[in-house]
Amino acid sequence: MSVRADHLAIASRVPQGARVLDVGCGDGALLALLRDERGADARGLEIDSDEAGLALSRGLSVVQGNAETDLDIFPDDGFDVAILSKAIQQMRRPAQVLAELKRIAPRVIVSFRNYGHWPRRLALLTTGRMPSRRSWYHAETLHPCTCADMLDLARETGLQVAAAAQVSGGRVTSFRSSGFAGLNWAADEVIAEFERA
Amino acid sequence: MGALVFAGGVPIWTLSAIPLIPLALMPDASRPTPDSLQKLVLPEPLRLDCGRVLDHVEVAYETWGELNAARTNAVLVCHALTGDQFCASDNPVTGRPAWWPRMVGPGLPVDTDRYFVIATNVLGGCMGTTGPASLHGDGEPWGTRFPVITIADMVRAQRALVAALGIDSLFCVIGGSMGGMQVLEWAVQAPDKVFAGVPIATAARHSAQNIAFYEIGRQAIMSDPEWKDGAYLAHGTRPDRGLAIARMAAHVTYVSESALKRKFDRGLQDRERTSFSFDADFQIESYLRYQGRSFTDRFDANSYLYVTRAMDYYDLAGAHGGRLSDAFTGSPVRFCLFSFSSDWHYTPAEGMAITRALVAAGADVSHIEIETDKGHDAFLLEEPGFESALAGFLSASAKRRGL
Repeated sequence: MSVRADHLAIASRVPQGARVLDVGCGDGALLALLRDERGADARGLEIDSDEAGLALSRGLSVVQGNAETDLDIFPDDGFDVAILSKAIQQMRRPAQVLAELKRIAPRVIVSFRNYGHWPRRLALLTTGRMPSRRSWYHAETLHPCTCADMLDLARETGLQVAAAAQVSGGRVTSFRSSGFAGLNWAADEVIAEFERA
Repeated sequence: MGALVFAGGVPIWTLSAIPLIPLALMPDASRPTPDSLQKLVLPEPLRLDCGRVLDHVEVAYETWGELNAARTNAVLVCHALTGDQFCASDNPVTGRPAWWPRMVGPGLPVDTDRYFVIATNVLGGCMGTTGPASLHGDGEPWGTRFPVITIADMVRAQRALVAALGIDSLFCVIGGSMGGMQVLEWAVQAPDKVFAGVPIATAARHSAQNIAFYEIGRQAIMSDPEWKDGAYLAHGTRPDRGLAIARMAAHVTYVSESALKRKFDRGLQDRERTSFSFDADFQIESYLRYQGRSFTDRFDANSYLYVTRAMDYYDLAGAHGGRLSDAFTGSPVRFCLFSFSSDWHYTPAEGMAITRALVAAGADVSHIEIETDKGHDAFLLEEPGFESALAGFLSASAKRRGL
């Protein structure tokens, strides 16, 4: 099975032997990578019971639950790293979820689509339509936002960016720890690693 | 096949009303009695939570599969209130089929080609293990002279049996409903002797509502004149009416409103209109009456009192200073809980409370809530998502244990 580039990139930010919570872990592909490559104590939260069942078959520990309501089962500082991969824009209350992740772990890795990416800006400017692969009313994204918007939310939540990388066409750039303004134009997707401010 | 279908596959709605007339017990000469089942006499007296000590405790049990040379592949299956040790093969006493045929057997999630599976009848039960129907030292049945037992006492008896079988630690303890309480209790009493624990459709304590329904059942039994203050065996009577009503009340809590609506709704039983009488006009009445009556053929009324009491007394947090997580601090057991969305007997919220405590205690825990309309009994029925997730957990755990 091929390993996704964004998973490898996230794994590179996880210290050896860390306790990791992957929120919205799906079938556990990232968790399995973290366990096997980083020796992580990797746990997951997943809303879909079939996906959670697949994660169980990988020998992972996964709790079926909803990130919007069930994160409260995890204790303060219960983990070293909390991961929310491609899910925060699908949340009804992204600010609340981010605050919960900050409570659970001192480091929070979030990946999301950047609606400030210049082709999306151009598409909106030229077509007058929302840049989306599906009709806006079918889109899973409830809260489209730009990279700059996300960094604002993180700041308001008491988080600061430690590093960020951009994902484009399945390729991930190396993480950098400054110059985030450029990401808002250039990045299709962003992987941001936050730490408590 | 579902819970709402008779043994033999006759859909419940084709049956006529079954009157609640206690049948004289006609022992079937071709069938063995519980006394003749495989059992082991515990080598030591059993010290109970109530302070009393039981001598000469017999534990009836069944096994399937082979114990490996390292003795590391044993799985203990714990049964629910009205279950028994026959999870994977027919019960020769009652003639009823195995109660967990989709879960335990060759190639099934609890794979008897891979694991050595043990199931016991609980302490206080009536399928061969010492209980109120057993004979006391004076040659008469214990009756209500039998001490009130707890879930922890049941587990103590199981631990003694497992030790007597020469097994130091279990690969897995698994069970649903009251069986799930035993799994939790095993993990608390002997955390270093359980590699994986699978509590299913269960709770760490009985709610007021749980106690209420079981109290209705107990009152029905004790109000039956044939109960004779618990000494009915000595009198040659049986409180079948009371026991049947107890079963009817409890059974309602095992099925969901949506399943009742789907199966029965307000359907009438073999008639076009209501009869303006107290016959079983409605299919649900006929069904419940059948459930009640058929139960009395296979269960002892006093056992019902004792075992439901053990569940009522169950409060794992209460036994650990009020904090459930304290019961599991530092637990090395790998837990995998299952709950069922329409279960209102032990709700998914009760399951999540256990998971929350296990997470807080730092234990390794997984928890899956299965979406189903089959209610509490879903764990006994066909639920492919449940079966595959459980198979995945056990298989991955077995690999980790080197099986």
